[in-house]
Amino acid sequence: MSSATEQAKKEVMRRIRRSRSPKKVIKTFFHYVFLTVVTAIFFAPIAYMLIGSLKPTAEVLDGINGFVPKNLSFNNYLQVFATFNDESMGFLWRFYTNSILVSFVIVFGGLIVNSMIAYALARLRWRGRDAVQVLVILLVILPFEAIAIPLFFLLRDFRNTYFVQFLPFIASAFSIYLFYTFFIGLPLEIQESARIDGAGPWRIYRAIIIPMSKPVFASVTILSFLGAWSSFLFPLMMVDNPLYVPLPLEIQVYFTQPPTDWGPIFAFGVILVLPVMAVFLLFQRWFIQSVAASAIKG
Amino acid sequence: MAKAKKSKFGQDNLVGVLMSLPGLILLTLFVIVPFITAIYLSFFNVDFNMVQGPQFWGLEQYRRILVDPITSPIFYKALMNNMTFALIVVPAQTGLAVLLAVMLNAKLKGIAFFRTFFFMPVVFPMSLVAIIWALMFSRDSMGMLNGLLNLFSFGYIQPIDWLGDPNIALLSIALLSIWAGVGFQMVIVLAGLQEIPAELYEAASLDRANFWQRFWNVTVPGLRNTLIFVIIITTIFSLRLFDQVFILTKGGPIDATQTVMYQAVTSAFIEGNVGRASAITVIFVLIIIAITLLQRLVLRQNREVK
Repeated sequence: MSSATEQAKKEVMRRIRRSRSPKKVIKTFFHYVFLTVVTAIFFAPIAYMLIGSLKPTAEVLDGINGFVPKNLSFNNYLQVFATFNDESMGFLWRFYTNSILVSFVIVFGGLIVNSMIAYALARLRWRGRDAVQVLVILLVILPFEAIAIPLFFLLRDFRNTYFVQFLPFIASAFSIYLFYTFFIGLPLEIQESARIDGAGPWRIYRAIIIPMSKPVFASVTILSFLGAWSSFLFPLMMVDNPLYVPLPLEIQVYFTQPPTDWGPIFAFGVILVLPVMAVFLLFQRWFIQSVAASAIKG
Repeated sequence: MAKAKKSKFGQDNLVGVLMSLPGLILLTLFVIVPFITAIYLSFFNVDFNMVQGPQFWGLEQYRRILVDPITSPIFYKALMNNMTFALIVVPAQTGLAVLLAVMLNAKLKGIAFFRTFFFMPVVFPMSLVAIIWALMFSRDSMGMLNGLLNLFSFGYIQPIDWLGDPNIALLSIALLSIWAGVGFQMVIVLAGLQEIPAELYEAASLDRANFWQRFWNVTVPGLRNTLIFVIIITTIFSLRLFDQVFILTKGGPIDATQTVMYQAVTSAFIEGNVGRASAITVIFVLIIIAITLLQRLVLRQNREVK
């Protein structure tokens, strides 16, 4: 008996020793080295932009010296502020508010419209429901590029407005699909008992479904925001008045106009991305969960 | 009571329709109607530069895009470029995403810190990504990437003309696309990894399976559905390629980075040839449907084998 305990003790000790063995330490060390190297490669372009935005244009394009933080100043930022400060070039704050306004309406309007139809598809019985269900599933695979050209043709008389930038993007088959799969998975009991207590579908949707569905609302918010904030192709075709241009399009316009001043272009890039980066760093758990949720069964 | 019985849909019918209506109207107006318009316009000669109105052309647009010996090669070139791009990006990006996810799926201190950096490019709009890389790709020895290559090869590698060399331009576009997109995939793969039951790994360890044996016999089968999803979305993403090309190369040099969407957009938006652009759009959608069906089919066969 005692030899058995002895044996067990030995086994445990052996395992402990093995877990701290030099082999394991070396493995962990290389694990970190690998992650650090890959991180450095990933971060290099971003670091290049950050450093370049603070350097004189002449020193940005200089091989690997572009990474050397030297002669730093905020001059590029001041130049960006000074450039975009009249009717012909547009106003920097205005590009911002354009992007924010359009993204906000797409995200917020989309949450309401798409969650409502998803609830009706998941929990209510109505004439035509099955057909709409099939339609939504068919539309999920249709990327925006598939309708960009005819939309441009149909809406060309409404160029340089706000509503043309957000109205086509509020309803989204993909968002409906995300809401739908989440609502289907919610337990029925609470909804049934609320119904017995006399609550109608509207009340159940507002008072039970929405509070229980915060994760999917967060996911759809983040995914549709990323899409709306980055949108390029449609504004490219629909907007050329600097008063209505969103940020991602304006940086391309700025990049295309001679002379190509790299310092200020990078400063513009930092101005464009900094708020989104800040939001991302604050809510990164949500960002990462949203992306993971977008993959729930193909 | 009697009324409710008449309709098999019961009391929810009206509410159901009302709640769907806003979404349904918007989807109809801005997705279904435009798509039907594209099909309709593809049978016409609609050109903004023409004085006369649209003429019915039947299948002439399709003939010019797909058959005509003078006008069709550019479309096939674009389609080939999309395919080549997919053949580079899908395996490279998926492989890299799996590698990063496996490295991040370890119980080590500071893992979240690394994950943040890999994911960060996802919040960058593609137009900004393209502009940052425009400078990374500068062609002479002043370019960042050429400087790095020169440093790490001890001066052995000569400066490369990343965007100006027709043999390399598409590869360069692929490189920046992978940088921008791999974080998104990595997160999806990471979620898939965490679904794999830990017991499977424990069992494999008891059998003294080494890292590669565990990877091929536990990780890869466990990730099957995730990988199929990731491959489908990356393939479709490869067909949609536009922003980077428009900003960096405008389809050049000598059509080396022409893409299907670039053709469609420039036909409509720059040349005003909406008929041709619409026909390209219809072909584009047919290709996407074909790919989706094909992948569904493969998926079903795999299931039956199991």
